[in-house]
Amino acid sequence: QKVTVEVLDHLERLALVDFRDSEGVERLQKAIQFADQLHEVNTDGVEPMDSVLEDRCLYLREDDVTEGNCTKELLKNAREKVEEYFVAPPGNIPLPKLEERETFLQGS
Amino acid sequence: MAAAARGFGGVWCWVWQRGGGWCPAPAPRRQRAVSCNARGGAVLAGKSGLAPWVPVVGLEIHAQISSNSKLFSGSQVQFAAPPNSLVSFFDASLPGTLPVLNRRCVEAAVMTGLALNCSINKKSLFDRKHYFYADLPFPGQTILLMKFPFTEGKLRVDANVSVHHPGEPYGVRTEVKNINSIRFLAKAVDYEIQRQIEELENGGTILNETRAFDSKLGCTVPMRDKEGKQDYRFMPEPNLPPLILYDAKSLPANMNHQQVVNIDWIHERLPDLPSVKRAKLVEQYGILPEHSFTLLNEDGLTEFFENVVKQTQMKPKKVIGWILNDLLSYLKQHSLTVKESPVSPFLLADLLNLLEKKEISSTAAKQVLAELWKGEGKAPLEIVKEKELELIQDQKELEQICQAVIDGQENEVMAIKAGNQKVLNKLIGLVQRETQGRSNPVLVKQLLEKKLSE
Repeated sequence: QKVTVEVLDHLERLALVDFRDSEGVERLQKAIQFADQLHEVNTDGVEPMDSVLEDRCLYLREDDVTEGNCTKELLKNAREKVEEYFVAPPGNIPLPKLEERETFLQGS
Repeated sequence: MAAAARGFGGVWCWVWQRGGGWCPAPAPRRQRAVSCNARGGAVLAGKSGLAPWVPVVGLEIHAQISSNSKLFSGSQVQFAAPPNSLVSFFDASLPGTLPVLNRRCVEAAVMTGLALNCSINKKSLFDRKHYFYADLPFPGQTILLMKFPFTEGKLRVDANVSVHHPGEPYGVRTEVKNINSIRFLAKAVDYEIQRQIEELENGGTILNETRAFDSKLGCTVPMRDKEGKQDYRFMPEPNLPPLILYDAKSLPANMNHQQVVNIDWIHERLPDLPSVKRAKLVEQYGILPEHSFTLLNEDGLTEFFENVVKQTQMKPKKVIGWILNDLLSYLKQHSLTVKESPVSPFLLADLLNLLEKKEISSTAAKQVLAELWKGEGKAPLEIVKEKELELIQDQKELEQICQAVIDGQENEVMAIKAGNQKVLNKLIGLVQRETQGRSNPVLVKQLLEKKLSE
């Protein structure tokens, strides 16, 4: 079962990954096949484990204010700041549609 | 929670939207016929000859818990605090920090679930949801609590809408955001149902998308999708064990009680729910159910009402009229809360007592109330004296005035004696005028009737 061009485009768009060439796609296929081996395990009647911490007790904190108010410290790590804001790069720019961008998948 | 929607609007016309682009807006023209199906849900007629439509609406209600500190950290919660002033190291996602759950939030959630008559899940799991924004150097994360009932506090609602033909599976749904009031909720839902029906009847498809409600234009528009498609990569939250809630039966023997949330303990401490409060008010005071709604919906109004009732001989059924019609409308007109009322329960009770003792008429009472609103601290009796509003108590004086009116209205008297009782009201009115409203209409009527029958 091959991975379709639609799915590959979807992955490139979501993960901002560039499959580059057929070898990249082949590697992906192999990775999926590898993971598919999980299906060979019979899990009938086995309760899924939600968390390795399932037999630990979840600690509940009292509703007191005990931290925060450390703006200066937090901003010490900021490369760029304006007043008390972190300055970040511009917002998300979605990838152009498949037909309009340069990708190995174009030829497929 | 899905509820059948009621929407019908007409055909939509196109309106130029601020910022460019055409946006459909409602034009009041033909309305779709709506009928109810066997389950009581609304069914909308299709374009002539086409199959009818069933809309399905789900409301996603977000409410902020009222707490001192945050859900997963000990940072303060405060509206409009300066930027980054409340952020702790965990909130800033610095490496090595871990979430710690706030007990008060858990209790609030349980309380709300109980108040809404939900069944409370004993075990809840946390999932992690990832957001990828270019302006965050690493994927943002949200920890979600799954299978857990609602919380109390600040409120927000998103509406999920789809349509389908009866008997067929549900259609593709859209999510509508930016709805800021119940009225807008109704408009947004109505619009979206219509939009989807028109789209489908014209051969189009509905995208599973998020739309924003534009309150000015009364329509929904696709939200500018800043990330394109989203893959949230849901996974079990590795840093939080499951949350277990207990009740009296399942309570472990030797556990630190600070670490235990006991559903039954919380249930016992729930205050009277509104439905119970309303029923009590109706039973205790003999007021109408709709009165009880208003009393409860206005902060402090029930207390005000009960305080007045305590201090006056007037029956609660009569008092409620003064509370809901006079007091409340004045407060609303001046945008005041009950607590800010210039007229206290004591003053109002004082006034109502004068009325009850028939020392003033109801019209006079309203005049006094108007004076009291000025908040000059005068007592009702003072105002009555100042404005000479007391009812004439001297029976002889009243009789004289009645006689004078009768003497002056020969035609009317003849009409009454001939059997036209309605004309009597005119005479009563004339007496009222003579006495400048200071006569008790019931008494005047009796006197006039007595004189006319002589």
